[in-house]
Amino acid sequence: MSAFQAAAGRDDANRLRLGPAWRDRQPLAEHAARGPVSKRIIVGYGFWIFLLSDIVMFSAFFATYAVLVGQTAGGPSGRELFDLRNTGLQTACLLLSSFTCGVASIGAQTRRGSWFYGAMAVTFVLGAAFIGLEAREFAGLVARGAGPTRSAFLSAFFTLVGCHGLHVSAGLLWLLTMMAQVFAKGYRADILRRMLCFGLFWHTLDIIWVAVFTVVYLMGVAT
Amino acid sequence: MSLSEQERDLTRADTVPGYDVLDEREAAAGIGSLLIGLGLATLLTIVSFFIARTTLVWQPSIPVALAVLAIAQMGVHLVFFLHITTGPDNTNNVLALAFGVLIVFLVITGSLWIMAHLNANMMPMDHIMQMQR
Repeated sequence: MSAFQAAAGRDDANRLRLGPAWRDRQPLAEHAARGPVSKRIIVGYGFWIFLLSDIVMFSAFFATYAVLVGQTAGGPSGRELFDLRNTGLQTACLLLSSFTCGVASIGAQTRRGSWFYGAMAVTFVLGAAFIGLEAREFAGLVARGAGPTRSAFLSAFFTLVGCHGLHVSAGLLWLLTMMAQVFAKGYRADILRRMLCFGLFWHTLDIIWVAVFTVVYLMGVAT
Repeated sequence: MSLSEQERDLTRADTVPGYDVLDEREAAAGIGSLLIGLGLATLLTIVSFFIARTTLVWQPSIPVALAVLAIAQMGVHLVFFLHITTGPDNTNNVLALAFGVLIVFLVITGSLWIMAHLNANMMPMDHIMQMQR
Protein backbone atom coordinates (compact mmCIF):
# COMPACT_ATOMS: atom_id res chain seq x y z
CA MET A 1 0.00 0.00 0.00
CA SER A 2 1.47 3.29 -1.05
CA ALA A 3 1.70 6.30 1.19
CA PHE A 4 -0.87 8.04 -0.98
CA GLN A 5 -3.41 5.27 -0.57
CA ALA A 6 -2.84 5.21 3.14
CA ALA A 7 -3.32 8.94 3.39
CA ALA A 8 -6.39 8.90 1.18
CA GLY A 9 -7.93 5.93 2.92
CA ARG A 10 -7.76 7.16 6.48
CA ASP A 11 -10.14 10.08 6.27
CA ASP A 12 -12.23 8.85 3.35
CA ALA A 13 -15.52 7.76 4.84
CA ASN A 14 -16.90 7.33 1.37
CA ARG A 15 -15.49 4.15 -0.10
CA LEU A 16 -18.33 2.06 -1.40
CA ARG A 17 -16.83 -1.28 -0.45
CA LEU A 18 -13.63 -2.28 1.25
CA GLY A 19 -11.85 -5.15 -0.46
CA PRO A 20 -10.75 -8.02 1.77
CA ALA A 21 -7.08 -7.20 1.32
CA TRP A 22 -7.66 -3.61 2.29
CA ARG A 23 -9.80 -4.53 5.25
CA ASP A 24 -7.09 -6.77 6.66
CA ARG A 25 -4.61 -3.94 6.71
CA GLN A 26 -6.86 -1.48 8.48
CA PRO A 27 -6.73 -1.37 12.25
CA LEU A 28 -9.69 -3.41 13.42
CA ALA A 29 -11.13 -0.79 15.75
CA GLU A 30 -11.19 1.85 13.04
CA HIS A 31 -12.99 -0.44 10.64
CA ALA A 32 -15.55 -1.47 13.23
CA ALA A 33 -16.26 2.13 14.09
CA ARG A 34 -16.90 3.06 10.48
CA GLY A 35 -19.01 0.12 9.31
CA PRO A 36 -20.33 -0.36 5.80
CA VAL A 37 -21.56 2.64 3.85
CA SER A 38 -25.33 3.04 3.99
CA LYS A 39 -27.47 1.70 1.17
CA ARG A 40 -28.90 5.17 0.70
CA ILE A 41 -25.51 6.61 -0.27
CA ILE A 42 -24.81 3.73 -2.68
CA VAL A 43 -28.23 4.09 -4.34
CA GLY A 44 -27.76 7.84 -4.68
CA TYR A 45 -24.32 7.33 -6.21
CA GLY A 46 -25.56 4.77 -8.73
CA PHE A 47 -28.46 6.97 -9.78
CA TRP A 48 -26.13 9.96 -10.04
CA ILE A 49 -23.98 7.95 -12.50
CA PHE A 50 -27.11 7.31 -14.60
CA LEU A 51 -28.02 11.00 -14.51
CA LEU A 52 -24.51 11.95 -15.65
CA SER A 53 -24.84 9.54 -18.57
CA ASP A 54 -28.14 11.24 -19.41
CA ILE A 55 -26.36 14.61 -19.29
CA VAL A 56 -23.68 13.26 -21.66
CA MET A 57 -26.46 12.20 -24.06
CA PHE A 58 -27.92 15.72 -23.87
CA SER A 59 -24.46 17.16 -24.58
CA ALA A 60 -24.55 15.35 -27.94
CA PHE A 61 -27.90 17.01 -28.72
CA PHE A 62 -26.48 20.37 -27.64
CA ALA A 63 -23.44 19.87 -29.88
CA THR A 64 -25.73 18.97 -32.80
CA TYR A 65 -27.84 22.06 -32.17
CA ALA A 66 -24.79 24.33 -31.92
CA VAL A 67 -23.42 22.99 -35.23
CA LEU A 68 -26.74 23.35 -37.06
CA VAL A 69 -28.06 26.56 -35.52
CA GLY A 70 -27.06 28.66 -38.55
CA GLN A 71 -28.42 26.23 -41.17
CA THR A 72 -31.88 27.72 -41.58
CA ALA A 73 -32.19 26.85 -45.30
CA GLY A 74 -33.78 30.22 -46.00
CA GLY A 75 -36.35 29.60 -43.28
CA PRO A 76 -36.94 31.53 -40.04
CA SER A 77 -34.16 31.81 -37.46
CA GLY A 78 -34.47 31.66 -33.69
CA ARG A 79 -34.64 35.43 -33.39
CA GLU A 80 -37.87 35.49 -35.41
CA LEU A 81 -39.42 32.42 -33.77
CA PHE A 82 -38.69 32.54 -30.05
CA ASP A 83 -40.99 34.25 -27.58
CA LEU A 84 -38.97 34.97 -24.43
CA ARG A 85 -42.13 35.61 -22.38
CA ASN A 86 -43.15 31.99 -22.92
CA THR A 87 -39.64 30.79 -22.10
CA GLY A 88 -39.60 32.89 -18.94
CA LEU A 89 -42.90 31.36 -17.80
CA GLN A 90 -41.57 27.86 -18.48
CA THR A 91 -38.40 28.65 -16.53
CA ALA A 92 -40.42 29.95 -13.57
CA CYS A 93 -42.59 26.80 -13.58
CA LEU A 94 -39.64 24.43 -13.61
CA LEU A 95 -37.59 26.37 -11.03
CA LEU A 96 -40.53 26.56 -8.60
CA SER A 97 -41.28 22.87 -9.17
CA SER A 98 -37.65 22.08 -8.28
CA PHE A 99 -38.16 23.95 -5.01
CA THR A 100 -41.45 22.18 -4.20
CA CYS A 101 -39.85 18.83 -5.05
CA GLY A 102 -37.20 19.57 -2.40
CA VAL A 103 -39.98 20.46 0.06
CA ALA A 104 -41.68 17.14 -0.74
CA SER A 105 -38.45 15.25 0.04
CA ILE A 106 -38.22 17.00 3.40
CA GLY A 107 -41.91 16.24 3.97
CA ALA A 108 -41.22 12.56 3.39
CA GLN A 109 -38.22 12.61 5.73
CA THR A 110 -40.22 14.29 8.48
CA ARG A 111 -43.18 11.95 7.85
CA ARG A 112 -45.50 14.89 7.32
CA GLY A 113 -48.15 13.73 4.86
CA SER A 114 -49.59 17.17 4.23
CA TRP A 115 -46.16 18.53 3.23
CA PHE A 116 -45.32 15.53 1.10
CA TYR A 117 -48.60 15.18 -0.79
CA GLY A 118 -49.16 18.94 -1.02
CA ALA A 119 -45.67 19.68 -2.36
CA MET A 120 -45.79 16.72 -4.76
CA ALA A 121 -49.16 17.90 -6.09
CA VAL A 122 -47.81 21.43 -6.63
CA THR A 123 -44.73 19.95 -8.34
CA PHE A 124 -47.00 17.98 -10.66
CA VAL A 125 -49.12 21.01 -11.53
CA LEU A 126 -46.03 23.14 -12.27
CA GLY A 127 -44.44 20.37 -14.35
CA ALA A 128 -47.66 19.87 -16.29
CA ALA A 129 -47.88 23.63 -16.87
CA PHE A 130 -44.32 23.53 -18.24
CA ILE A 131 -45.24 20.72 -20.64
CA GLY A 132 -48.42 22.57 -21.63
CA LEU A 133 -46.51 25.76 -22.46
CA GLU A 134 -43.97 23.77 -24.47
CA ALA A 135 -46.68 21.90 -26.38
CA ARG A 136 -48.39 25.22 -27.17
CA GLU A 137 -45.09 26.67 -28.42
CA PHE A 138 -44.41 23.60 -30.61
CA ALA A 139 -47.95 23.65 -32.03
CA GLY A 140 -47.58 27.37 -32.81
CA LEU A 141 -44.27 26.79 -34.62
CA VAL A 142 -45.69 23.94 -36.71
CA ALA A 143 -48.75 26.04 -37.57
CA ARG A 144 -46.45 28.83 -38.83
CA GLY A 145 -44.71 26.36 -41.15
CA ALA A 146 -41.66 26.16 -38.88
CA GLY A 147 -41.94 22.48 -38.03
CA PRO A 148 -39.02 20.09 -37.60
CA THR A 149 -38.90 19.37 -41.35
CA ARG A 150 -38.39 23.02 -42.34
CA SER A 151 -34.61 23.26 -41.81
CA ALA A 152 -31.67 21.59 -40.11
CA PHE A 153 -31.84 24.28 -37.42
CA LEU A 154 -35.47 23.44 -36.63
CA SER A 155 -34.79 19.68 -36.69
CA ALA A 156 -32.07 20.14 -34.09
CA PHE A 157 -34.27 22.52 -32.08
CA PHE A 158 -37.22 20.11 -31.89
CA THR A 159 -34.93 17.18 -31.07
CA LEU A 160 -33.13 18.95 -28.22
CA VAL A 161 -36.08 20.74 -26.61
CA GLY A 162 -38.47 17.86 -27.31
CA CYS A 163 -36.09 15.37 -25.67
CA HIS A 164 -36.05 17.51 -22.54
CA GLY A 165 -39.85 17.70 -22.68
CA LEU A 166 -40.06 13.91 -22.90
CA HIS A 167 -37.86 13.63 -19.83
CA VAL A 168 -40.15 15.99 -17.92
CA SER A 169 -43.21 13.97 -19.04
CA ALA A 170 -41.57 10.76 -17.81
CA GLY A 171 -40.76 12.57 -14.56
CA LEU A 172 -44.43 13.49 -14.14
CA LEU A 173 -45.43 9.81 -14.45
CA TRP A 174 -42.73 8.88 -11.94
CA LEU A 175 -44.01 11.61 -9.60
CA LEU A 176 -47.51 10.11 -9.61
CA THR A 177 -46.01 6.66 -9.02
CA MET A 178 -44.09 7.95 -6.00
CA MET A 179 -47.24 9.49 -4.50
CA ALA A 180 -49.10 6.21 -5.02
CA GLN A 181 -46.26 4.17 -3.51
CA VAL A 182 -45.98 6.34 -0.41
CA PHE A 183 -49.77 6.19 -0.07
CA ALA A 184 -49.88 2.40 -0.42
CA LYS A 185 -46.66 1.38 1.32
CA GLY A 186 -45.83 4.23 3.68
CA TYR A 187 -42.46 5.84 4.37
CA ARG A 188 -40.46 2.64 4.08
CA ALA A 189 -36.68 2.73 3.64
CA ASP A 190 -36.84 1.44 0.06
CA ILE A 191 -39.62 3.88 -0.88
CA LEU A 192 -37.61 6.75 0.58
CA ARG A 193 -34.63 5.71 -1.55
CA ARG A 194 -36.84 5.83 -4.65
CA MET A 195 -37.98 9.26 -3.54
CA LEU A 196 -34.32 10.29 -3.29
CA CYS A 197 -33.74 9.14 -6.88
CA PHE A 198 -36.85 10.94 -8.08
CA GLY A 199 -35.66 14.15 -6.44
CA LEU A 200 -32.24 13.85 -8.11
CA PHE A 201 -33.93 13.22 -11.49
CA TRP A 202 -36.25 16.21 -11.19
CA HIS A 203 -33.49 18.62 -10.10
CA THR A 204 -31.27 17.37 -12.95
CA LEU A 205 -34.03 18.17 -15.46
CA ASP A 206 -33.98 21.72 -14.15
CA ILE A 207 -30.19 21.90 -14.63
CA ILE A 208 -30.59 20.77 -18.24
CA TRP A 209 -33.34 23.35 -18.72
CA VAL A 210 -30.91 26.09 -17.58
CA ALA A 211 -28.63 25.03 -20.45
CA VAL A 212 -31.60 24.88 -22.87
CA PHE A 213 -32.99 28.32 -22.13
CA THR A 214 -29.52 29.86 -22.20
CA VAL A 215 -28.12 28.19 -25.33
CA VAL A 216 -31.31 27.91 -27.38
CA TYR A 217 -33.59 30.78 -26.41
CA LEU A 218 -31.46 33.56 -24.89
CA MET A 219 -28.46 33.16 -27.23
CA GLY A 220 -30.87 32.62 -30.13
CA VAL A 221 -32.51 35.98 -29.46
CA ALA A 222 -29.37 37.85 -28.41
CA THR A 223 -27.18 37.03 -31.38
CA MET B 1 -36.44 -7.21 -4.06
CA SER B 2 -37.60 -10.31 -2.21
CA LEU B 3 -39.91 -10.09 0.76
CA SER B 4 -37.25 -11.18 3.25
CA GLU B 5 -34.94 -8.47 1.96
CA GLN B 6 -37.66 -5.89 2.38
CA GLU B 7 -38.28 -7.01 5.92
CA ARG B 8 -34.59 -6.74 6.65
CA ASP B 9 -34.69 -3.22 5.24
CA LEU B 10 -37.43 -2.30 7.64
CA THR B 11 -35.71 -3.58 10.72
CA ARG B 12 -32.10 -2.81 9.96
CA ALA B 13 -30.90 0.74 10.44
CA ASP B 14 -29.30 1.01 7.01
CA THR B 15 -29.61 4.74 6.71
CA VAL B 16 -27.33 7.55 7.71
CA PRO B 17 -28.25 8.50 11.25
CA GLY B 18 -30.56 11.45 11.19
CA TYR B 19 -31.17 11.40 7.48
CA ASP B 20 -34.36 9.53 6.82
CA VAL B 21 -36.07 10.92 9.88
CA LEU B 22 -35.47 14.62 10.30
CA ASP B 23 -36.36 16.55 13.42
CA GLU B 24 -37.87 20.02 13.35
CA ARG B 25 -34.55 21.84 13.39
CA GLU B 26 -33.07 19.76 10.53
CA ALA B 27 -36.23 20.19 8.48
CA ALA B 28 -36.11 23.95 8.99
CA ALA B 29 -32.44 23.97 7.94
CA GLY B 30 -33.35 21.95 4.82
CA ILE B 31 -36.12 24.36 3.86
CA GLY B 32 -33.76 27.27 4.50
CA SER B 33 -31.17 25.78 2.14
CA LEU B 34 -33.84 25.26 -0.53
CA LEU B 35 -34.98 28.87 -0.12
CA ILE B 36 -31.41 30.15 -0.54
CA GLY B 37 -31.10 28.03 -3.70
CA LEU B 38 -34.42 29.28 -5.03
CA GLY B 39 -33.45 32.90 -4.35
CA LEU B 40 -30.03 32.63 -6.02
CA ALA B 41 -31.41 30.71 -9.02
CA THR B 42 -34.22 33.27 -9.47
CA LEU B 43 -31.73 36.13 -9.32
CA LEU B 44 -29.41 34.50 -11.89
CA THR B 45 -32.35 33.68 -14.18
CA ILE B 46 -33.67 37.25 -14.09
CA VAL B 47 -30.20 38.65 -14.82
CA SER B 48 -29.85 36.18 -17.74
CA PHE B 49 -33.17 37.23 -19.29
CA PHE B 50 -32.31 40.90 -18.75
CA ILE B 51 -28.80 40.58 -20.27
CA ALA B 52 -30.16 38.81 -23.37
CA ARG B 53 -32.31 41.79 -24.37
CA THR B 54 -30.30 44.72 -23.08
CA THR B 55 -28.41 47.20 -25.21
CA LEU B 56 -26.52 48.59 -22.23
CA VAL B 57 -23.48 46.32 -22.58
CA TRP B 58 -21.03 45.67 -25.39
CA GLN B 59 -22.96 43.29 -27.65
CA PRO B 60 -20.24 40.61 -28.27
CA SER B 61 -19.92 40.12 -24.52
CA ILE B 62 -23.54 38.98 -24.15
CA PRO B 63 -23.06 35.27 -25.06
CA VAL B 64 -20.09 35.06 -22.69
CA ALA B 65 -22.11 36.67 -19.88
CA LEU B 66 -25.00 34.27 -20.56
CA ALA B 67 -22.68 31.26 -20.42
CA VAL B 68 -21.14 32.41 -17.13
CA LEU B 69 -24.57 33.03 -15.60
CA ALA B 70 -25.82 29.60 -16.73
CA ILE B 71 -22.80 27.81 -15.26
CA ALA B 72 -23.24 29.73 -12.02
CA GLN B 73 -26.91 28.72 -11.88
CA MET B 74 -26.03 25.07 -12.52
CA GLY B 75 -23.62 25.30 -9.57
CA VAL B 76 -26.39 26.75 -7.39
CA HIS B 77 -28.69 23.88 -8.39
CA LEU B 78 -26.00 21.27 -7.69
CA VAL B 79 -25.25 22.60 -4.22
CA PHE B 80 -28.66 23.66 -2.90
CA PHE B 81 -31.01 21.25 -4.70
CA LEU B 82 -28.97 18.13 -5.48
CA HIS B 83 -26.73 18.60 -2.43
CA ILE B 84 -23.57 17.64 -4.33
CA THR B 85 -21.15 19.20 -1.89
CA THR B 86 -17.56 18.63 -0.86
CA GLY B 87 -18.56 16.71 2.27
CA PRO B 88 -16.86 13.37 3.01
CA ASP B 89 -19.86 11.27 1.91
CA ASN B 90 -19.93 13.09 -1.42
CA THR B 91 -16.41 12.49 -2.75
CA ASN B 92 -17.50 9.81 -5.22
CA ASN B 93 -20.38 11.98 -6.46
CA VAL B 94 -18.03 14.92 -7.06
CA LEU B 95 -15.52 12.72 -8.89
CA ALA B 96 -18.26 11.29 -11.11
CA LEU B 97 -19.47 14.84 -11.79
CA ALA B 98 -15.95 15.92 -12.75
CA PHE B 99 -15.69 13.02 -15.20
CA GLY B 100 -19.12 13.86 -16.63
CA VAL B 101 -18.12 17.48 -17.13
CA LEU B 102 -14.95 16.34 -18.92
CA ILE B 103 -16.96 14.18 -21.35
CA VAL B 104 -19.51 16.94 -21.95
CA PHE B 105 -16.68 19.39 -22.65
CA LEU B 106 -14.99 16.97 -25.10
CA VAL B 107 -18.24 16.19 -26.94
CA ILE B 108 -19.32 19.82 -27.36
CA THR B 109 -16.00 21.55 -28.11
CA GLY B 110 -14.80 18.61 -30.20
CA SER B 111 -17.94 18.63 -32.34
CA LEU B 112 -17.88 22.39 -32.83
CA TRP B 113 -14.15 22.42 -33.63
CA ILE B 114 -14.30 19.57 -36.14
CA MET B 115 -17.46 20.78 -37.85
CA ALA B 116 -16.15 24.34 -38.17
CA HIS B 117 -13.00 23.05 -39.89
CA LEU B 118 -14.99 20.75 -42.18
CA ASN B 119 -17.25 23.63 -43.07
CA ALA B 120 -14.32 25.96 -43.80
CA ASN B 121 -12.44 23.40 -45.89
CA MET B 122 -15.34 21.99 -47.86
CA MET B 123 -15.69 23.01 -51.50
CA PRO B 124 -18.72 25.27 -52.01
CA MET B 125 -21.79 23.30 -52.97
CA ASP B 126 -22.13 24.74 -56.51
CA HIS B 127 -18.57 23.64 -57.34
CA ILE B 128 -19.39 20.07 -56.26
CA MET B 129 -22.51 20.18 -58.45
CA GLN B 130 -20.42 21.32 -61.45
CA MET B 131 -17.91 18.50 -60.96
CA GLN B 132 -20.72 15.96 -60.95
CA ARG B 133 -22.11 17.22 -64.19
